[in-house]
Amino acid sequence: MSLAGTIARRTFLIGSTAIAGGVAFGVYTVKKPHPNPLLDDLAEGEASINPWVKISSDGIILIAPHADVGQGARSMQAALIAEEMDLEWGQFDVDPGEAAPAYYNRALGEEAAPYLSTDNSFRANATRRVFATLFKLLGLQVTGGSSTAPDSFDKLRLAGAVARETLKKAAAKQTGVAVEDLKTANGAVILPDGTKINYTDLAATAAEISPVRNVKLREPGEWRFIGRPMQRLDIVPKSTGRLKYGIDLKVDGMVRAALRTNPRQGGEMLSYDASAAEGMPGVQKVVELSNGVAVIADNTWRAFNAVDAVECEWGPAPYPAEMDAHWQAVADSFSEEHLDNEWRNEGDIIAALDGGDVVEAEYKAPYLAHAPLEPLAAIVKVGDGRVDIWAGHQIPGFAELRVAAITGVDAENVHLHNQYSGGSFGHRLEFEFIDRAAEIAVQMKGVPVKLTYKREEDFVHDFPRQITMGRGRGTVRDGRVEAYNLEIASVSVPDSQRGRLGQSSPGPDTQIAAGAWNIPYDIPNLRVAAYKTPPLVPVSSWRSVGASSAGFFADCFLDELIHAAGADPLEERIRMCKHEIPRKVLEAVGEMSNWGSDLGPNRGRGVAFVESFGVSTAEVVEVTNTPQGITIDKVYVAADVGRIIDPVNFDNHVKGAVVWGLGHAMNCEITYSDGMAEQDNFHVFEGMRIYQCPEIMVRGLENEQRVRGIGEPPVPPAPPALANAIFAATGQRLREMPFNKFVDFA
Amino acid sequence: MISFTLNGQAVSVDAEPDMPLLWVLRDELDMTGTKYGCGIAQCGACTVHLDGVAERSCQTPLAAVEGREVTTIEGLGSPEAPHPVQAAWIENQVVQCGYCQSGQIMQAASLLQEIPAPSDEDIDDFMGGNLCRCGTYPKIREAVKAAATKMRGD
Repeated sequence: MSLAGTIARRTFLIGSTAIAGGVAFGVYTVKKPHPNPLLDDLAEGEASINPWVKISSDGIILIAPHADVGQGARSMQAALIAEEMDLEWGQFDVDPGEAAPAYYNRALGEEAAPYLSTDNSFRANATRRVFATLFKLLGLQVTGGSSTAPDSFDKLRLAGAVARETLKKAAAKQTGVAVEDLKTANGAVILPDGTKINYTDLAATAAEISPVRNVKLREPGEWRFIGRPMQRLDIVPKSTGRLKYGIDLKVDGMVRAALRTNPRQGGEMLSYDASAAEGMPGVQKVVELSNGVAVIADNTWRAFNAVDAVECEWGPAPYPAEMDAHWQAVADSFSEEHLDNEWRNEGDIIAALDGGDVVEAEYKAPYLAHAPLEPLAAIVKVGDGRVDIWAGHQIPGFAELRVAAITGVDAENVHLHNQYSGGSFGHRLEFEFIDRAAEIAVQMKGVPVKLTYKREEDFVHDFPRQITMGRGRGTVRDGRVEAYNLEIASVSVPDSQRGRLGQSSPGPDTQIAAGAWNIPYDIPNLRVAAYKTPPLVPVSSWRSVGASSAGFFADCFLDELIHAAGADPLEERIRMCKHEIPRKVLEAVGEMSNWGSDLGPNRGRGVAFVESFGVSTAEVVEVTNTPQGITIDKVYVAADVGRIIDPVNFDNHVKGAVVWGLGHAMNCEITYSDGMAEQDNFHVFEGMRIYQCPEIMVRGLENEQRVRGIGEPPVPPAPPALANAIFAATGQRLREMPFNKFVDFA
Repeated sequence: MISFTLNGQAVSVDAEPDMPLLWVLRDELDMTGTKYGCGIAQCGACTVHLDGVAERSCQTPLAAVEGREVTTIEGLGSPEAPHPVQAAWIENQVVQCGYCQSGQIMQAASLLQEIPAPSDEDIDDFMGGNLCRCGTYPKIREAVKAAATKMRGD
């Protein structure tokens, strides 16, 4: 079958995505690039060499289309372009650009292919290319899945190199000097006699010539930024209170809004009485939304107070009202009828489990909120035939399509101005807050409306992490793990997210058993199977998604079997590990933690390994069982991302992800009663505090072939490493998160 | 009309006496460096100095600041002339999303005012009410110690 034929057949698999993407298939050929959106509004004398570089006599603007939700994406993207363009820090501005198909995410497409990261077979790589091509055809611009680094690494260096060579061509045209005799440095083309022509003085000429096509990327030995500590561009404004987040913006003539929508996610509003709110100070208007009400006022606090004074009657939740029924639904889905995929089936698991002493364990992972510290906020202005949105979002193109549908304005005239976000962790993959802001703004035509969520609304209307259970059955023989059968049942995150976009999710759900189906161990009889629980509460991607729960089950169950076999937890993982990259990560963490040394009384250490997003990550946690409770003393982390772009940001990401993983495992869950989330602020959803934070040691390895992202992968090993450490210190197995249901933390 | 000193400047605000200082700053005075995180004194993102001492502005009614000195992150230092704590935050690259950091920095500056050479335990105790969802705690500890050393002139 021809490549095009293959693509067409595969396309059919996720065809519904194509429709939601707003791009009809057949319009683009596979090789044809998407148009450069910067060319749409170039002023006289401005040049845009490609979708990432814009130059005028006034300055240079680099476009960083991956949203910056706190991970330093804007800075890192700029560094990759500047590296090849020979720009220095301070010689350019960075802009998130507008949503456009040119900024499609290739790496996320590749990651969607259901193959082990260690599988570099022709079939696996061919499938990855097909998926990447699909994302290109769809023009799918997404920030997520730890894909910013892998998506940007080659693409943006290439964009920088093309810009550099094109500017040399422009200089040659302007001066008559041959291109071969030109060099670049410090934002300028340098002539053989040492004369410097700033890039900005070449803009007009560059605008008249076609970009250079074949360029050579710099060798690693020539890099000035990559692999060295960089100062993130947002460090100074964030450390001095000057950076404006979405929630901080003010637009001329803006009014402020607050809302209340049915706290039973997806339930209806039956009736409301706003008479008490209407007369309150600063209140301008009360408007009805599709499932609630909003108050428009001159001050956010006044809007909060007024909206609380609205009497609302809410309809029932479209899912079970009480938590027991949620767990029962998950438990009931361990059946043939709900089998989603049998990811691994090696050896003869049925025979191996027949007879001998079977080790059995059941694990649970609860719903969790994202709760980034910046509450959701969006400004929407519905003008005459044009809509502007100011908000941070990870899929800006889809947000524009939805607002177009709500406001009745053509999608091409809806413009989302992407903002720095105070965290996301997956929260800003959802559209609810922008939809609601658009619903309000369309009733306030011509007036910019800023909708700010109260923290309580943000919690209650979150689309939480999936609820999940794992059931392990296994045997040991002669000091080794003989059989390992892990079944995982979960509601489906992809189904839920795509369902809200009107799409279906074909093929197996790659998230239910993420971090479990790809364990790198050579176990004679091995089975990992995923069961799909019918929808309960609508759920969404939460930092590390499926691996945040399945990775916990997979590693903890392995730890139980290794213990039953009487083997050493780390040595046995290393012995069983059949791939070089994960084995080196395990060896590194063993060396860092001085594994095997005596920790003294009431102390214990645990190790865990989970591969997620293609990154092998191992962690060792050390704990002490004190009279006040468990203290987490030290954590050692080794992870292999292939190439560390910025060692400082890498270190920060790893430490932050460990704190995230441990903090939620310690004390966080979202439970439902009467259909409503019972946790609505940080006093009941605390996470880790500084006094609980361990010392964290980090080592990055670079053995992996592909460049990988580090935002999520250190999250999944943290909970199992902690549980395994607590077992080592106390003899108590923790099989359900959060752990503070069973032990105290100091 | 309620009058107070904000970052060294006299200001008067015509608003409800029970409006939290947080919203006076953000919505009435357009000083958005002070952040709204939880509204119930659980996260510390709204921390400012009242007469030099760290307080949660979400729990401070406007009436309570009459005649007092309020310092916000904007008044602590500037990009050109950062306060030593801000300089340490920049030097140590503490921030990730940065949303909690205005509050962390105001809290840390108050700590060093009170305890110029804080122990690890002092830092943990004093900073314990400031939540960071990105998990920058290890870097915060380093930066507080670096700032302390610099401020003492060791």
